[in-house]
Amino acid sequence: MIIAEAKPNSELLEMVSDCSKVLVVGCKGCVTVCNVGGAKEVGVLAATLKIARRRQGRTIAVDEVTLERQCDPEYVDEIKDRIGDYDAVISIACGVGPQFLSERYPSARVFPGVNTKFMGGAVAHGVWEERCAGCGQCVIHNFGGICPIARCSKSLQNGPCGGSDHGKCEISKDVDCIWDVIVRKMMSQGRLDELLKFRPPKSWTTSRDGGPRKMIREELRI
Amino acid sequence: MSEFKSGSNLEKVLRAGHFAFTGECGPPTGANVEALKKKAAYLKGMVDAVNITDNQTAVVRMPSWAASLIVMQEGVEPNFQMVCRDRNRLAAQSDVLGIYAHGIRNMLCLSGDHQKFGNHPDAKNVYDIDSMQLIHTVKTMRDEGKFLNGQDIDVPPKIFIGAASNPFAEPFEYRVHRLAKKIAAGADFVQTQCIYNMDRFREFMKQAVDMGLHEKCYILPGVTPMKSVGMALYMSRSVPGMDVPEDLIKRLRGAGKGKVAEEGIRFALEQIEEFKEMEGVAGVHLMAIEWEHRVPEIAERAGMLPRPSV
Amino acid sequence: MDEFTPRIVAFCCSNCAAAAATIADGLQHVLPENVKIIQVPCTGRIEVLHLLKPFEEGADGVYVAGCQEDSCRYTSGISKAARRVAHVQKILEEIAIEPERIAVFNVSAGMGHAFTEIAREMTRKVREIGPIQA
Ligand code: SF4
Ligand code: SF4
Repeated sequence: MIIAEAKPNSELLEMVSDCSKVLVVGCKGCVTVCNVGGAKEVGVLAATLKIARRRQGRTIAVDEVTLERQCDPEYVDEIKDRIGDYDAVISIACGVGPQFLSERYPSARVFPGVNTKFMGGAVAHGVWEERCAGCGQCVIHNFGGICPIARCSKSLQNGPCGGSDHGKCEISKDVDCIWDVIVRKMMSQGRLDELLKFRPPKSWTTSRDGGPRKMIREELRI
Repeated sequence: MSEFKSGSNLEKVLRAGHFAFTGECGPPTGANVEALKKKAAYLKGMVDAVNITDNQTAVVRMPSWAASLIVMQEGVEPNFQMVCRDRNRLAAQSDVLGIYAHGIRNMLCLSGDHQKFGNHPDAKNVYDIDSMQLIHTVKTMRDEGKFLNGQDIDVPPKIFIGAASNPFAEPFEYRVHRLAKKIAAGADFVQTQCIYNMDRFREFMKQAVDMGLHEKCYILPGVTPMKSVGMALYMSRSVPGMDVPEDLIKRLRGAGKGKVAEEGIRFALEQIEEFKEMEGVAGVHLMAIEWEHRVPEIAERAGMLPRPSV
Repeated sequence: MDEFTPRIVAFCCSNCAAAAATIADGLQHVLPENVKIIQVPCTGRIEVLHLLKPFEEGADGVYVAGCQEDSCRYTSGISKAARRVAHVQKILEEIAIEPERIAVFNVSAGMGHAFTEIAREMTRKVREIGPIQA
């Protein structure tokens, strides 16, 4: 899923400083699962804004809504009758949400309430890790099912580099060297020869480097 | 004798079977040409080629190619370094053409330290290709006269291709295999990370010889004399992939006040003596970081002088 | 000048804190009137939003009183509550409100005296900080 992190409340407060009526929009997708943009967090943000305004001796009206998904026009449509009532909208979905909202409602002011971080999963309660960089041409089968594009600090396909240190990446003792993991796994499976194969430069055309990406599946179009 | 791959001095020295001696020089963090020339003067005639680092430790410096040209004018053969952190495949290939056009004949292909360590940690890195792929790219350009996309090169660059190897980084068992992979990708010579743990290096070298790697590629272990106990501790604790044995730190400590640097040099000299005899070792890469002025003395005491003219 | 009487909401675990409150009652240790007690079966169930609501509604301080860390009736309820209190402190800080307005206390069932002492202590502290809305 997409992992996001709440923006500091001070930043959000600054964004809506000239607003007196705000709609906080959550999303029941990824951000609900990673506890940052679901109905609960919508409630917390609404309360926080009101408390902050109480402190300032001003009031603010904050309404709450959590859509099924913000990355789907069908659900974004659901607030079409009320969106005009607000000075601003704070979307706490991933970066897709606020953009779908601003595209659908061109006259609305839409603020992003979270920082969208990466594609990954929860490795423990409250701990998320990146797994995929969306390169558009998956090659993890060459690396023991582990992605060096997303998980090696240098995206090396012929790693590890000389900075690998006791299983840790040169950038930090808190970051695992994924190449260490790849090598050990391939060795334990007796497939070292596969790693010794030269991996030629990757084509990044399917990645973000190829420009904004779009996908069309004719069989699904109506 | 078959034709030289590049005709560089370093290549000729190695090919003639001499025990090679290479040095290292970091370009200035500015346009201080005089400082660079001064460093070059210390190294002139002392070594066969000098590595010119490329924004080493991710700190912005005069570019490697520019500094290479300056030392070349001073009569020192450069070993141009290139890291994959700062350039994509277009810039990399273009720079190879550029350095060759200006007469540079040696090149060391590196991944490069992550920018997180450097003085511009907010930068975006490139890593379009990795060091292995860079080696292969330069080899393809040289031997097949083709760019990465398969297009023909109008006058291909004849470069003597170098690679780095860290015999100590984990996983240790894989290191010699990675070296083999670099050689297969096209490395003509290899310079290693600074060696301090001689036991482990002997083991690494034995594996390399068993695999016949020394017959396909010139292997030059790296030597960096310790200037102080502090430097030894720093290297041991803070430089990723560096193996500094406790014994060496003890030995430096035992040298007594004012004599640590001399002890560091002595250890380096002992290493060089051993490397001269070690099977599969083709020379030594001396990285006297910010200690260029001591290189003449070290070269002399190591019995490296005069350097062969080939 | 009238002394400011802070409005404080206390979330209390019914296993220990509330029991302590009963004992306190018996001992005639009277709870200050400005402290409103909300009993919860386990402090581990108190969500961030629950802790924020009193502030939204006009409280000046909030605290959670639960079991001792090592004798929590539901194993880890109180440590969960402590992490949520810490989170609320972070939120308050971000909106320029003193994080000391919210706290967590550990009491055990027999500590009637301590229970009222906590209420007074919290009242003192929040009084010192002053009202949320200047
Ligand atoms: S190879 Fe590409 S698609 Fe596959 S996990 Fe890595 S980044 Fe994602
Ligand atoms: S230390 Fe490992 S993870 Fe980090 S850049 Fe090098 S190979 Fe990649």
